[in-house]
Amino acid sequence: MMSALPETAPEPTPPHPAGKGQLLRNIVHFARLLRALGMDVTPTQILDLVAALEHMDLGAKQDVKAAARAILVGRREHLELFDEAFELFWRAHRHRFPRVDLGQLLRKRPAPQELLRMAEPPSKGKGQEPEPDPEPELDKIFTWSDTEVLRRKDFARMSEYELAQVKALMEEMRWDLDTRRSRRLERARAGAQLDLRRTFRRNTRYGGEPLELAWRQRKEKRRPIVALCDISGSMDRYSRVLLQFLYAITHSLGRVEAFVFGTRLTRITRQLRIRDIDQAVDAAASQVEDWAGGTRIGEAVRSFNRHWARRVLGQGAMVLIISDGWDRGDPELLGQEMDRLHRSCHRLIWLNPLLGSPGYEPLTRGIQAALPHVDEFLPVHNLVSLEQLAQVLRGDAPRRHGWRVRPRRTG
Amino acid sequence: MTRTVESIDQIVQALKDHMYIADRSLATAIFLALKLGRPLFLEGEPGVGKTEVAKVLADLLDRPLIRLQCYEGLDVNTAVYEWNYTRQMLQIRLMEAAGTARDQHAVDGLFSEEFLLKRPLLQALESRNGRAPVLLIDELDRADEEFEAFLLEVLSDFQITVPELGTIRAQEPPVVVITSNRTREIHDALKRRCLYHWIDYPGFEKEYQIVLAKVPQAPDRLARQVVGFVQALRGEELYKLPGVAETLDWVTALVALDQEELTEEAIQETLGVLLKYRDDIQRIRGETVRQLLERLQQGEALGL
Repeated sequence: MMSALPETAPEPTPPHPAGKGQLLRNIVHFARLLRALGMDVTPTQILDLVAALEHMDLGAKQDVKAAARAILVGRREHLELFDEAFELFWRAHRHRFPRVDLGQLLRKRPAPQELLRMAEPPSKGKGQEPEPDPEPELDKIFTWSDTEVLRRKDFARMSEYELAQVKALMEEMRWDLDTRRSRRLERARAGAQLDLRRTFRRNTRYGGEPLELAWRQRKEKRRPIVALCDISGSMDRYSRVLLQFLYAITHSLGRVEAFVFGTRLTRITRQLRIRDIDQAVDAAASQVEDWAGGTRIGEAVRSFNRHWARRVLGQGAMVLIISDGWDRGDPELLGQEMDRLHRSCHRLIWLNPLLGSPGYEPLTRGIQAALPHVDEFLPVHNLVSLEQLAQVLRGDAPRRHGWRVRPRRTG
Repeated sequence: MTRTVESIDQIVQALKDHMYIADRSLATAIFLALKLGRPLFLEGEPGVGKTEVAKVLADLLDRPLIRLQCYEGLDVNTAVYEWNYTRQMLQIRLMEAAGTARDQHAVDGLFSEEFLLKRPLLQALESRNGRAPVLLIDELDRADEEFEAFLLEVLSDFQITVPELGTIRAQEPPVVVITSNRTREIHDALKRRCLYHWIDYPGFEKEYQIVLAKVPQAPDRLARQVVGFVQALRGEELYKLPGVAETLDWVTALVALDQEELTEEAIQETLGVLLKYRDDIQRIRGETVRQLLERLQQGEALGL
């Protein structure tokens, strides 16, 4: 509390005869509504709002709204939804109609899609497929070679069962990231900069004569990753696996921003952070409105450059574009936007599932326009290719597979 | 000078008196930040007047303004405190000369407040003339997560521990304003401690008022045209939309060039004041400028 302010601020008399309990109840109801709409509202925030409203005239709707907004909302994306929820709640409350039609609001959000739902492996108890349960030793050998085959098999040719196994294997993969030197300093044995504070501390016992020096060096930090994944019709067979891949890197690397695109760009970062993999992938899938449609890579990249690049490409990010390059958009636009994207990130890596097929040549106009601006062009069709990608991201790739494209920096 | 705040209306009026044209919702957020003693978290595109809020607030409450500009790698030494090594070294020499260098008490004295250089966060805990300052933490999105975590701690109990000296506590918490350009998301935990307000680009009438308030020497017609043009420009597909700061710079530039009204020539020449990316300038220069201006003049002719 500000002690410079008089504590005797005139208490506004609430126009409603309802007491404080009623107000609290209403706020709790409203918070529940917001939570149902996907906003995070904590009990502390609710109490803050109650405290705030004590200073205000409860009849002044716009002021109450502004107060609730300032306290309960923390993201610009939520402002619009909040406004609608508030209007609805206020109206319902006015008419002494205690229920709010949640469905009406929820319908404004993209409806969950059943698309790309992948079957689970046959569960152990009620197996339609007889569960093979041979000798343990045999099983091990079988599984090992099985895994080897699986690792090299194209995702697109896998059965549902194999895909489920891939999911498990993917979670075991070790992901690590190339680092960059940040501007933050840390202690070091020897280094570029003197740590005056520690030096001084250490040497007070020699009467301030600096005999032992302490050093500092720049701290290494992992680079953030930004992934843009194509989910148009031609990528259909890969989409679910790739979402799982995005889930895997989100959870093992932390700083991952994920987007999917077909004809429009959708951010799925938050959805992928859900702990359970299936829930996460379903939630991400339900965000998307243009599954299995056409592709406009150029437009998607432009939209990314315009609305997101400044927010997520800081700190030397690496960008992954995952697409087969079948593009219905304007190749010239794609070229321009790729050029721009390339100039604003540390490394631009294009992952193409088709690169795994023998005899594939990247001849489509889209790819032709984009390739000059790409640092690395790699396959992403089976587990082995993902392992290679992991190496590239660590910064110790042998670079035998795929094509190394010389970065041509323009300008 | 206003020192106490009683109502939202009072804030609205005070902001106006300080040449800051704001929405009532911003005034509400400011009012509550003061009443509840919470930090005010302002987010918005660059150049919409976030930093200005802190300056006006300091002026309005008649408190000193302490500003901490964030950047990556911002550490305790620059944000909170540092020991004055040079003075400490000198002191040791003096102690040696006086023969007290072995005296434990004198050695402890080397780490007293006398040798402490206070940086913004520590300064903000000190009241001057019985008044806690306004602390502006500018562009928090530029700092790294380490600093954010530290800040969260400071903002929750307004105390800082200097290991050699002990814990320093604010007699009265400062008024805190945090700004972010949203070049990255700030952690939810920090935002939850704050009152959040998104400052949007102003509409025509508001921006016109801002121009009149800030550049009073601008001819009325020019001011209207400039604002109309900038508003139209914000509807174009650009990488970086011009903010209010750019509008003001532009008006000032045009006034300096003795322009009474917008002409195509003047716009083409001064486009660099408004747009800061080469791609954007190339896109707008020429035909688009001509079209925007024509539309603007047609609107004027119709008395819009």
